[in-house]
Amino acid sequence: MIRHLLSGADLDADTATEILDTAAEMATVAGREIKKLPALRGRTVVNLFYEDSTRTRISFEAAAKRLSADVINFSAKGSSVAKGESLKDTALTLQAMGADAVVVRHPASGAPHRLANWVDGSVVNAGDGTHEHPTQALLDAYTMRARLGRLAGLSVAVVGDVLHSRVARSNVLLLSTLGAKVTLVGPPTLIPVDIAGALAPGTDVSYDLDAVLPDVDVVMMLRVQRERMKDSYFPSAREYSRRYGLDGPRMRRLPEHAIVMHPGPMNRGMEITPEVADSPRSTIVEQVTNGVSVRMAVLYLLLGGNNR
Amino acid sequence: MAYPPAARSSPPRQPSVKVILASADVQRVVDRIAHQILEKTQGAADTVLLGIPTRGAPLARRLASRISTFEDVVVPVGVLDITLYRDDLRRHATRAIGPTQVPSGGIDGKRVILVDDVLFSGRTVRAALDALNDVGRPASVQLAVLVDRGHRELPIRADYVGKNIPTALAESVKVTLAETDGADEVKLYGGTTS
Amino acid sequence: MTAYLITSVSIVGAAPTDLLIRDGVVAEVGPGLSAPDAVVVDGTGLVALPGLVDLHTHLREPGREDAETVESGSRAAALGGYTAVCAMANTSPVADTAGVVEQVWRLGREAGLVDVQPVGAVTVGLAGERLAELGAMADSAARVRIFSDDGHCVADPLLMRRALEYVKAFDGIIAQHAEEPRLTEGAQMHEGEVSTRLGLIGWPAVAEEAIIARDVLLAEHVGSRLHVCHVSTAGSVEVLRQAKARGVRVTAEVTPHHLLLTDERAETYDPVFKVNPPLRTADDIAALRSALADGVIDVIATDHAPHAVEDKECEWAYARPGMLGLETALSIALDVLGPEWDLIAERMSRTPARIAGLTGHGVDPAPGVPANLTVIDPAARRTIEPAELASRSRNTPYARMTLPGRIVATFLRGEPTVLDGKAVK
Repeated sequence: MIRHLLSGADLDADTATEILDTAAEMATVAGREIKKLPALRGRTVVNLFYEDSTRTRISFEAAAKRLSADVINFSAKGSSVAKGESLKDTALTLQAMGADAVVVRHPASGAPHRLANWVDGSVVNAGDGTHEHPTQALLDAYTMRARLGRLAGLSVAVVGDVLHSRVARSNVLLLSTLGAKVTLVGPPTLIPVDIAGALAPGTDVSYDLDAVLPDVDVVMMLRVQRERMKDSYFPSAREYSRRYGLDGPRMRRLPEHAIVMHPGPMNRGMEITPEVADSPRSTIVEQVTNGVSVRMAVLYLLLGGNNR
Repeated sequence: MAYPPAARSSPPRQPSVKVILASADVQRVVDRIAHQILEKTQGAADTVLLGIPTRGAPLARRLASRISTFEDVVVPVGVLDITLYRDDLRRHATRAIGPTQVPSGGIDGKRVILVDDVLFSGRTVRAALDALNDVGRPASVQLAVLVDRGHRELPIRADYVGKNIPTALAESVKVTLAETDGADEVKLYGGTTS
Repeated sequence: MTAYLITSVSIVGAAPTDLLIRDGVVAEVGPGLSAPDAVVVDGTGLVALPGLVDLHTHLREPGREDAETVESGSRAAALGGYTAVCAMANTSPVADTAGVVEQVWRLGREAGLVDVQPVGAVTVGLAGERLAELGAMADSAARVRIFSDDGHCVADPLLMRRALEYVKAFDGIIAQHAEEPRLTEGAQMHEGEVSTRLGLIGWPAVAEEAIIARDVLLAEHVGSRLHVCHVSTAGSVEVLRQAKARGVRVTAEVTPHHLLLTDERAETYDPVFKVNPPLRTADDIAALRSALADGVIDVIATDHAPHAVEDKECEWAYARPGMLGLETALSIALDVLGPEWDLIAERMSRTPARIAGLTGHGVDPAPGVPANLTVIDPAARRTIEPAELASRSRNTPYARMTLPGRIVATFLRGEPTVLDGKAVK
């Protein structure tokens, strides 16, 4: 069993499948009167958030609490962190408090890897810089499997600002491990160099969304920040959404069974129109629900036994 | 699925294997438990069988099938995974969890009979009672086991016992079933032959 | 003054002979020397080289004495076989006036472990806006000849042209940190497969190559000398090769780490491997090694860059770039080039001394020359332990690596700074 979850690359097909299967069992708890399991009683999970991300923090918090863990939220704002305490000193503090797991969100790529050197507990990467967000990829895979019945052989288009997207990196790694085929779509300025070699051989790149749509089972829209145009990644929001936004007419080019995903938060009108976001193909609300089950599965598999 | 006792002696010098129940014996024992359930529950009305994985689950299905053969009643069958309720999670690498399937009628107000293969320390049953508590509120809970090998560590006893096997702590009892292992058999391992 | 007799030592790889150091100079060279008053150093199996000269050292004083001082850096240099180092200007305050360069020069004299030759800043405060008083620094006691904004690129082409022209008056040289700043905004590591995987902003090779290409054209146009710091890419090698073939007066250096380590080292996110320019690919390493052998690259320079613990034990993006180099450079050269003693002497002593204008350094041991030399045990292997380094900092990328070669003794003008592998003072 793995000790930390830092990257989608930490998961082989068996482990990833075990997490998804466990998540499916965890999901049944949500339908019960008592939404609580005793498995992590007496364990302490720290949510260490250096960036505001209420949705991710709440999702991890709900997951830990449903497994009866004690949860400590450590937000960088208004804490010693804001006063300039180093990550290492914070890690030593958490270590002294007996944290069994640290769920970390950080603006610097690789910060969870550093943290893992300094604490004995498990580290879960809840998003680091422009690197990875492995539990998001797991909940995306879970959602695809739940909707489409399988992952192997699926064709998935990931569309938008791949360069700055931790969601895209984790998804490419995990989906490839699980046998899906990923095509990255966006303007060339927002597709990082050597992506197939860097992440997964067989990953395709396309600059033409319309050409890709008729052949995919899943289209995953990434959040695109308007500020990127200041750095000349694209000329204007209008041109971006005209070339790479998903609107009604484009959605109708998708195969009938295809689903539309978005990790949130959405820029309605930028990368996705309200018509698409609110359509029956959209899994955006399910993704949020599934996030709790998947994070329960991850916390259980990391903390539920003696994995040292 | 029996809990090992907390302390276990080193392997015996001369291990032995003894067949306690052969295939036909297992079937006879299951039949007898089915009859006992019918008798003790006045025809198995308002009764639900919940098997504890791994081998309690097929045993519960067999019992339900024998009961419906004998008396033409349909007893709902489910599976109750107790992994997340175990008291020794931290002593082992993380265990994979299995499915919990509660019959569609639920268990509230019903007589629930927990079914397992071997009753040993009683800790599995303790965990099952906790798990049951989170799933619903039965009117009563009973316990059926294929084998009781003794050495209880908790105040738990079975309502239906297929066979009592006196054992030494160093010995182990292994149940195999056709559904999970290919053949029905109960074997006693270990101990020293004198 | 104590005399030293080194017996049976190979001078720059030649047949073993004896070497007598007396009164600050090499007094005699030849077999069977006898000097009853001299301390005898058994040189059997050892190699004597002219003392190494580093064109690119950060000594951090004044300003960051917690990371290094002139004295601690000088000791590290002596232990690495160096007898002279060029101290970069990015101190606090910046070495952009005669006062600061004289202070550094004086601190070096007081330490007395190596000759510390200050480098002057090209622009005031390294800000890249207007020229520092280059002439005043040249005329100061420090006699500055190399000017560099190292750490920053002199990106403005007009300012670069003026600097190249201006220093001709006192035979100065501009050492450029070639990094197009707009192409490297926020850059964290080499732009390529690994940066994509790690989600770190890439530092593209072209950002270095574009500046070198521009600068060799400018140097050619104004007929000035240009030195290129820490060349790191195969493309830069090609630009330099063509410029040299045309007769441009350009010299170039490569660091030990760019000859050995690739960008894959970043995969642990341990900022001990963060450096500027960044570690590149295996193809770049191959090109740099062959350029070093054929002379397109003239010099190995350490870019010794000590950093305090808190500046490295942190997130990669927040860490300062730079690595220690003085105490390991010769071992890396030996590892990369093999026992090519003449080549090592050329790239690490004679040529850098000539570029820096350091007379008395970079001269092979021979009767009458100043006794600036170092003695190496090429057969020794040592495992690098950061805690054992003389530098005040611990940011060596070679921790727990086993490297060939060990400095046995170093002499500065006849005085030992290192004996028996240990610093004398």
